[in-house]
Amino acid sequence: MKENKKISFIRRKLLKTFTVAAAAALAPLTKANSAIKDFDFEDFVQKNFKEMTPQEVEKLLKRLEKKYKEKYGKDFVVKATLPMENVEFGYALNLSKCIGCRRCVYACVKENNLSRKPHQIHYIRVMRFKNGPIDLEKSEHYYESEQVPENGYFYVPIQCQQCRKAPCVKACPIKATWTEKDGIVVVDYNWCIACRYCMAACPYMGRRFNWAEPQIPIEELNTNTHYLGNRPRMKNVVEKCTFCIQRTREGRYPACVEICPVGARKFGNLLDPNSEVRRIIETKRIFRLKEDLNTEPRFFYFFHS
Amino acid sequence: MRFVRFLFDSVKETLKGGPLYYAWMAFLLIIMAFAARSYIYQLDNGLIVTNMRDQVSWGLYIANFTFMVGVAAAAVLLVVPAYIYHFQAIKEIVILGELMAFSAIVMCLGFITVDLGRPDRFWHIIPGLGILNFPISMLSWDVVVLNGYLFLNTFIPIYLIYKGYVNEEPNKKLYLPFVLLSIPWAVSIHTVTAFLYNPLPARPFWNAAILAPRFLASAFCSGPALIILIFQIIRKFANTRVQDVALFKIAEIMAYSMFFNLFLFGAELFKEYYSGTIHLAPMEYLMQGLHGHNALVPWIWTAIACNVTAFILFLLLRNIRSVTMMNIGCILIITGVWIEKGMGFIIPGFIPDTLGEIYEYMPSSTEVMVSLGVVALGFFIYTIFARIAIAVNNGKLRYQKD
Amino acid sequence: MVRHLKLLIMLFVIFAFAKSSLATKEYPVPYPPFTPGIFPCMNCHSDLPRNKTKRVLKDMHQDIKVENHGDRWCYDCHDERNMDKLKLANGDQIKFEESYKLCGQCHGNILNDWKRGVHGKRTGSWNGEKQYLLCVHCHNPHNPPFKALKPDPAPIRPDATLLKPKYHNNKSH
Repeated sequence: MKENKKISFIRRKLLKTFTVAAAAALAPLTKANSAIKDFDFEDFVQKNFKEMTPQEVEKLLKRLEKKYKEKYGKDFVVKATLPMENVEFGYALNLSKCIGCRRCVYACVKENNLSRKPHQIHYIRVMRFKNGPIDLEKSEHYYESEQVPENGYFYVPIQCQQCRKAPCVKACPIKATWTEKDGIVVVDYNWCIACRYCMAACPYMGRRFNWAEPQIPIEELNTNTHYLGNRPRMKNVVEKCTFCIQRTREGRYPACVEICPVGARKFGNLLDPNSEVRRIIETKRIFRLKEDLNTEPRFFYFFHS
Repeated sequence: MRFVRFLFDSVKETLKGGPLYYAWMAFLLIIMAFAARSYIYQLDNGLIVTNMRDQVSWGLYIANFTFMVGVAAAAVLLVVPAYIYHFQAIKEIVILGELMAFSAIVMCLGFITVDLGRPDRFWHIIPGLGILNFPISMLSWDVVVLNGYLFLNTFIPIYLIYKGYVNEEPNKKLYLPFVLLSIPWAVSIHTVTAFLYNPLPARPFWNAAILAPRFLASAFCSGPALIILIFQIIRKFANTRVQDVALFKIAEIMAYSMFFNLFLFGAELFKEYYSGTIHLAPMEYLMQGLHGHNALVPWIWTAIACNVTAFILFLLLRNIRSVTMMNIGCILIITGVWIEKGMGFIIPGFIPDTLGEIYEYMPSSTEVMVSLGVVALGFFIYTIFARIAIAVNNGKLRYQKD
Repeated sequence: MVRHLKLLIMLFVIFAFAKSSLATKEYPVPYPPFTPGIFPCMNCHSDLPRNKTKRVLKDMHQDIKVENHGDRWCYDCHDERNMDKLKLANGDQIKFEESYKLCGQCHGNILNDWKRGVHGKRTGSWNGEKQYLLCVHCHNPHNPPFKALKPDPAPIRPDATLLKPKYHNNKSH
């Protein structure tokens, strides 16, 4: 009898200790945290974009425009422009011309509402190599200099290559990323569960993750957006270069092409025999990065003779 | 209904116990409480609270997931002797092994959940409700096989325990097919997990055909080692018979696995170092350090030392039947395989990254705390289920008609 | 025989027209980037003597120095007969809006590329009429190479974004 009393006394003591400790551990939960605050039921039950009817897409775009207006106080346009017929986008970059000025990097940041410091996201990364072979392990990404181009170096910018055989599209377990008809590989930010398998699969560091809530100064927001492109994203989703889908599907050049001060970047329709991109592929000595991986990028590099 | 009574009685059984049992459960619950707090902190702020970044986008969570899938697969090393070879000493404890597989799978699913950035969107992966990119995405295969294995290791033990509870003979025709299915299924869960990493051409460190055999070999060392240690604890504290001959049988099978593990690792080393292509870089980072970065070097050499020592000890077990030596070997092999298959496998896959950059990843305190919580959850579940299984086995927990 | 002759004449005419059409195809370019007030040149040069001795100018246009463009001077490109025009190697006069023909005499490959849209900055629309700029809109004809630029800032290193940043020596990688 005494033994039982002793055991139940110890049991009670332990239960008390546990309760106090658990309460202390979980006390911060009493403050409303963003996981609960930001919960949006319609966001939660939203279907994959590819499965939506045009009417559902309309409703979705209106709902998003309203949400963005509430959050940022600005009037947003969220489009879902469809791909044009008979178009497959291609990109060509002239490595003889690139001077590594990074104007393209920051034009992209502004155009696509990329997160600024401290959670900085850049779709484009400019790698600097010593004159010689392209050995990625010897590349320098963080070069700073008074002037570019620096003597003895050349520069290779890289971004998502919009591969024909994209390993990221194969990897995604829920089809949150797919290749559109015009060749752009897109992400449905409202469908992604952030398993980051696509990031492990990409050979070109084309995909970025929002590790934290994106930081964009409100006055620099670009309000002309596309659902699959530059609309403001949220934390914990994957994003990537979309060849400025909000521009290119309306006939304009991507922001990086337009800003390049030395004309190193070329863009166009691979299926149009008169486009400059076709001319480059047919007459210049082009190559693609990591050709042996057979990802068939739509992004070509060349040196002009 | 009898099954409902079974559930009630089982819950009551788990509340009965000595101070040591309560202390153990309270300890686990406290860890889980602190881990829950860290996890909420992670959900609140985003995955920035981990040390994963774009360059190294998988870390401690996925490393532990990989290790735990191996532990889960190792239950097959008990099932085969028990049900195919009818080795009696193992047959009487096989259900505890299946329950351990169940707990390990729960831990795997736990690690995946805490690694996801948007776990609220988990329903996207359920075919029918969401979209499952089967059979193209290897992750979709993993979802299928892991959940299938979870079902197998839930259904079989619960069925057998329930039948014991109501004192009826279990229907061999009902459960044996599932048991036999669980044997290739166990192999498949770890093969599919290896196939997650294998087919990524972007990561040459993982892009080796030898990966699936390596995974299975290391799984069949580390899982049974855990079984050996845990069963001895159960034998001591929970009135169950676990014969030494069963443990030594498991140890015998493990010795072969250890050899294969070392052999396959050596084969990988040879191929990378002799060919000397640029794909040597991750292996060099792991074994020697690369361009001044060498955070993982002491870890991998510790792992190699543990694995080799454990192998020698297990070889000696043939002649010296020492339980102490076996236990030391088990602890060594668990440590060695956890390092070699967890951090020593996932992280070098990302270093150097696809553009040649080196970002040295070491887990943050949040990641460590959350991982401890998931492990504590696994132990907690195992303790509960093992307790019920043992009580039924001993005849203490029986269906009483009022 | 007569039939063959007619065919030959027809072919010759077509070919001649085709050739000339290529030669005279206009590329719509914006107005040349003159310094304000400098054009038309004949406002001053109509009553100034033409001194064709190669020299450094002292009275006017001292700010224009031909650098990095070979051993050139003014009358290599500017037409002394009519200062509002440029002159080609064969003596042809061309308007300033067609100055690409002048550059193309030596930089023929680049001219071909420019015509196809491969050389030069691209703005506007990729599926519409190509928009052209003159060579001189980007390249100063008197000192063509681009000036070096200051590069925009490098990206943040991943270590710098850790919540508890560890000390990182700033070696590359």
